[in-house]
Amino acid sequence: MSAEAVSAAPVIAGALPRRPGRLARLWRIARQKPLGAAAGVVCILLILVAIGANVIAPQAADAVDPVNNPRLQPPSLSHPFGTDNLFRDIFSRVIIGSRISLGIGFAAVAIGTVLGTLLGMVAGFFRGWVDMLVSRAIEVVLGFPPLVLAIFFLSIFNPERGYSLRSFLMVSLAIGIIITPTTARIVRGAVLSIRNLQYVEAAESLGNGPVRIMWRHVLPNVAAPIIVIASIQVGNAILAEAALSFLALGIADAAHPSWGGMLQEMRQVWLEAWWTAVVPGAAISIAVLAFNLFGDALRDVLDPRLRQSS
Amino acid sequence: MGQYLAKRVLLALVVLFVISIVVFTAVRMIPGDVCKIVLNTPDVDEAQCQAIREDLGLDKPLVTQYLVYMGGVLTGDWGTTIISKRDVWTEIRTRIPLTLELTILSTFFALIVAIPIGVVSAVRQDSALDYVLRVLSIGWLSIPGFWLGTMLIVFPAKWWGYAPPVGYVDIWEDPLKNLEQLYLPAISLGLALSASLARVTRSSMLEVFRQDYIRTARAKGLRERMVVFRHALKNAMIPVVTLFGLQFGVLLGGTVVLENIYSLPGLGLLTFTSVTIKDYPQVQGLVLFFAAVLVTINLLVDLSYAWFDPRIRYA
Repeated sequence: MSAEAVSAAPVIAGALPRRPGRLARLWRIARQKPLGAAAGVVCILLILVAIGANVIAPQAADAVDPVNNPRLQPPSLSHPFGTDNLFRDIFSRVIIGSRISLGIGFAAVAIGTVLGTLLGMVAGFFRGWVDMLVSRAIEVVLGFPPLVLAIFFLSIFNPERGYSLRSFLMVSLAIGIIITPTTARIVRGAVLSIRNLQYVEAAESLGNGPVRIMWRHVLPNVAAPIIVIASIQVGNAILAEAALSFLALGIADAAHPSWGGMLQEMRQVWLEAWWTAVVPGAAISIAVLAFNLFGDALRDVLDPRLRQSS
Repeated sequence: MGQYLAKRVLLALVVLFVISIVVFTAVRMIPGDVCKIVLNTPDVDEAQCQAIREDLGLDKPLVTQYLVYMGGVLTGDWGTTIISKRDVWTEIRTRIPLTLELTILSTFFALIVAIPIGVVSAVRQDSALDYVLRVLSIGWLSIPGFWLGTMLIVFPAKWWGYAPPVGYVDIWEDPLKNLEQLYLPAISLGLALSASLARVTRSSMLEVFRQDYIRTARAKGLRERMVVFRHALKNAMIPVVTLFGLQFGVLLGGTVVLENIYSLPGLGLLTFTSVTIKDYPQVQGLVLFFAAVLVTINLLVDLSYAWFDPRIRYA
């Protein structure tokens, strides 16, 4: 609060301080939000791990090796997260598993954000019956328990499952659909609040078409809430993916594990070997926590008005 | 009030009607042939297939099928499951008590954790305690319920050799044993909800504390406890109840996962098994039922506002 008040203080013309560079500004924000900044670093690390998973992981995810990976070894130096019941190194599988979790997490948020932004913008811009139609459609989607909707969607449109591009898109779409209503509502509200401002009117009176106005004038002005809500939803999407994988509706297979799926696979040995239950779940929790904290901090920085709405 | 009520109920019915159409249409968009799924083999006898389609009513036009189906739903005939030929509604009905109990327990758990934390956090705003509670509640929010569920199975067993009794018993048979089976999944399910409710309780209390009538209450010498609980808390509940309505769907979805972990034969486990064996009449019935419950809860949430804040009259 105080920092904003300071930066909003009137500045005497001519004595304008040089605008600090991007890095300096980033550093200033990071110091104000240490928790968010730390979470941001963890997020970046997770993304890097997911990108370089094949290089970082000491073994292939489906390397069944009874000699080097005895069954159910507790965590040790050679197996930091232990081994599972099928002679595989859990550390390698968790590293490689980050790909599906983050990949689907981001893809789902991308889909949900694009759909939600489109719907919210159209509803807020045209108002009237278009708004009513979109709002009712959102209510219909919200009438389903989110996970049940995703399960239902996948059971119908992705009955084959398995590790394929099609499955990847379908799972992402299923999660994207369940996060669309939130985005759409927030975007709609933001668009409604700027719809009657003069620059929109000016753009209209110059004869610009609705598509151009929405793209050039409305979208840039509602970008902040869109970015904020998208970043907050990454954590939810990762959580949803984990739940779907746990229910065997994800896209994992032996060579491409996912964290939720690993929990399910090692279910029989949870009691024998605690690390089989702890490690994949901890991976999910850390990823979700990092993205949640980062999204929270981003909201405070970019759009303090949204603080109430979560 | 009467007019508002009628409008809200009508709207909920419209939403349910559209949902039923969506679900009905979606099930009929299943790629591949239904009879291949029923017979579970790629090469099927065409005559046999025809019989199955007629049996399921798939040879009639879509609108007829829909009307027949919905007529059945409204009169208690939800169709029969594909493979085991059981009655869909009976399957659902017999599993309602367990899932209902689980959701009530987890809501109860969420509320008794969330409201005190939110109130304390708000009363002691910006204290160290407030800060710790806020960070904790973001942390809780990130723990997947199903992971907590596994932890609550694994560690008590490892440390104390404790495990909740296996083989589900009904609450009417043996209430204590039943509760012992349900409290762990209820905590797992309620934790994330309690975190988000605590956060909203806090911000909503802070909002209410700034209102004039709170100052009045304090000025007329009411004890602080009275001010907080009687005057502030009740009004601060509106956003909390709203969030509860929004999060109730998450709770229902969570039962699918947690009943799976704890092998509890409720609606969630039924959803999972029906999806796994591709029993579409059962899946269709379950999704419809879940949606009906959620829409009803949200209707009740809307109507509860007047009770929390008598100024709301629904004119």
